[in-house]
Amino acid sequence: MILSVEELQFLYRNRKILHEIAFSIDEGEVVAILGPNGVGKTTLLKCLNRILHPKGGAVHIDGENLSSLGTMEIARRIGYVPQRVETGRLTAFDAVLLGRRPHIKWDITENDLKIVDSVFRLLSMESLRLSYIDEMSGGELQKVAIARSLVQEPKVLLLDEPTSSLDLKNQVEILATIRQIVLQHRIAAVMTMHDLNQALRYADRFILLKGGKVHSHGGVEVITPQVIEEVYGLPVIIGEISGMRCVVPGSPVWDCNTGYVASK
Amino acid sequence: MHFADGAVPEDYLVYVRRKYFWIMGGLLFLFFMLIYSISVGAVEIPLCKVIQILSGQEVTTKWDETVSSIIWNIRLPQALAAIVAGAGLSVAGVVMQSILRNPLGSPFTLGISNAGAFGAAFSVIVLGTGRMQSTVANAVIINNPYLTTMVAFIFCLLATGIILLISRVRGSSPEVMVLAGVALSSLFTAGTMFLQYFADDTQLAAVVFWTFGDVGRVKNWLELEIMAGVVLLAIIFFIANRWNYNAIDAGDETAKSLGVNVERIRTVGMIIAALVSAVIVSFLGVIGFVGLICPHMVRRIIGDDQRYLIPGSTLLGAILLLISDTAARLIVAPYVLPVSVLTAFMGAPTFIYLLLRGYKR
Repeated sequence: MILSVEELQFLYRNRKILHEIAFSIDEGEVVAILGPNGVGKTTLLKCLNRILHPKGGAVHIDGENLSSLGTMEIARRIGYVPQRVETGRLTAFDAVLLGRRPHIKWDITENDLKIVDSVFRLLSMESLRLSYIDEMSGGELQKVAIARSLVQEPKVLLLDEPTSSLDLKNQVEILATIRQIVLQHRIAAVMTMHDLNQALRYADRFILLKGGKVHSHGGVEVITPQVIEEVYGLPVIIGEISGMRCVVPGSPVWDCNTGYVASK
Repeated sequence: MHFADGAVPEDYLVYVRRKYFWIMGGLLFLFFMLIYSISVGAVEIPLCKVIQILSGQEVTTKWDETVSSIIWNIRLPQALAAIVAGAGLSVAGVVMQSILRNPLGSPFTLGISNAGAFGAAFSVIVLGTGRMQSTVANAVIINNPYLTTMVAFIFCLLATGIILLISRVRGSSPEVMVLAGVALSSLFTAGTMFLQYFADDTQLAAVVFWTFGDVGRVKNWLELEIMAGVVLLAIIFFIANRWNYNAIDAGDETAKSLGVNVERIRTVGMIIAALVSAVIVSFLGVIGFVGLICPHMVRRIIGDDQRYLIPGSTLLGAILLLISDTAARLIVAPYVLPVSVLTAFMGAPTFIYLLLRGYKR
């Protein structure tokens, strides 16, 4: 068990956003946090590395309680990829090098440069090394952000909708890369997602949030039409195409175009 | 997670060397500009003489003694004041732009300069420190410069304090800081105008004169040492925090996920940048433009990486103000133009050119 969350609670202006959140993650696992807009997926993610401070409960990483660790110590254990990546007049190499911040004392060392180079190879983006990030496409920028979180040498990677602004090819590429890295380096990844099909394909486990609580939590068996309808308030059909599970909105008695529900 | 198969990429090292080349070049240029600035003026001093006297060679003739006195008592302090003020204002600007996440960040944006001007006006008009006397160069001298400086400084700190208080109540968000600064800026400008309305001719002239920043206003080496000390400590502090500012430039969330305490870095950075501005403004008056534009000029040349941007801005600020001050003495000699006018005259067209040209590849 690499990450465990117990009774996590988060309040915003005395309003309960998250409560009674509990789950645990093993190394080598990719976990998808699912749920409708505004349910607190991103908030939960930010509570996991204390970008936001939860009001109650505990997060343990490798057996250590996060609240007993300093911010730099947390940053050496947990990497984070935000939804929106800010640009500037920086080369991709420098932008990724920033991810070494938690390890830097006064200045970067040769080792830092080697690690950055290694991650560029891992993501096969050597050709982008000296490109300026303010001239990059969304997909390239997302890769830079992921590379930045990887050079932190984290045990757990948190990704906030890593594919929301990407085209289909880039989505598949990014998610496949994340999955491969997680398996290869025995770390864990937690990502918030909207696309249930991508989640089914690239995640090992699923946490479905509803009303600020965990509605269901588990492997692929928790993704049933009934659970999806309860969480998203929309009937779905789950089928298989070439052996891959797919979720499609609608039901035999529900028309997607008109929203018309026929009597059962 | 560990990565072990990397090598230090050669092309990146070349790229980094180019940045250092710019900075070293700037340093060298600043040095030559300093010697040149000392040599020109009402009395022309040959360059080799300047170097001789600065390197502490013994003076033998009467003429040498005069020249030595001009250099040590007038030219050198003034040139050094230009370097210190330019460096300080520019580095304060670059840090404010980063921590406020706003390209318009500068000692002006936060109303610090205007607060200083109000303080000076208050001192001159209400406390009566502003009777003046004309000199040959038609300049005016404020008869109690120390009190004026003190009051200006107090108002600069007051402005900073108010902004920090507001941002403490509302959380250290950059928007709140910038908007509070703009509001305070207008308030102090209105206050200055209000005081000027009731001032007599001489007081009015003194206030207006004060707002024309002038690096020749340093009275003695002690003032210079105070300014230089504050600016130097601030530069060291900012350079030590270069990775934190880089992280904040990458967005607050990214910065926090990299272990950076964004709120604290923002507040402390603000205090230091404001202090630097306050010291310079209260000793020398309002010198605009340098703090806002110099960082942007440097961005266009060496990019947004704070590792090079902070030293680069420091140097360019010093160079620009030194050139302006030298030009201000030469253009309509024996009269001396206000240096703040020259910085804008020379800097604005250069900056517009850089804007049009875009980034250097």
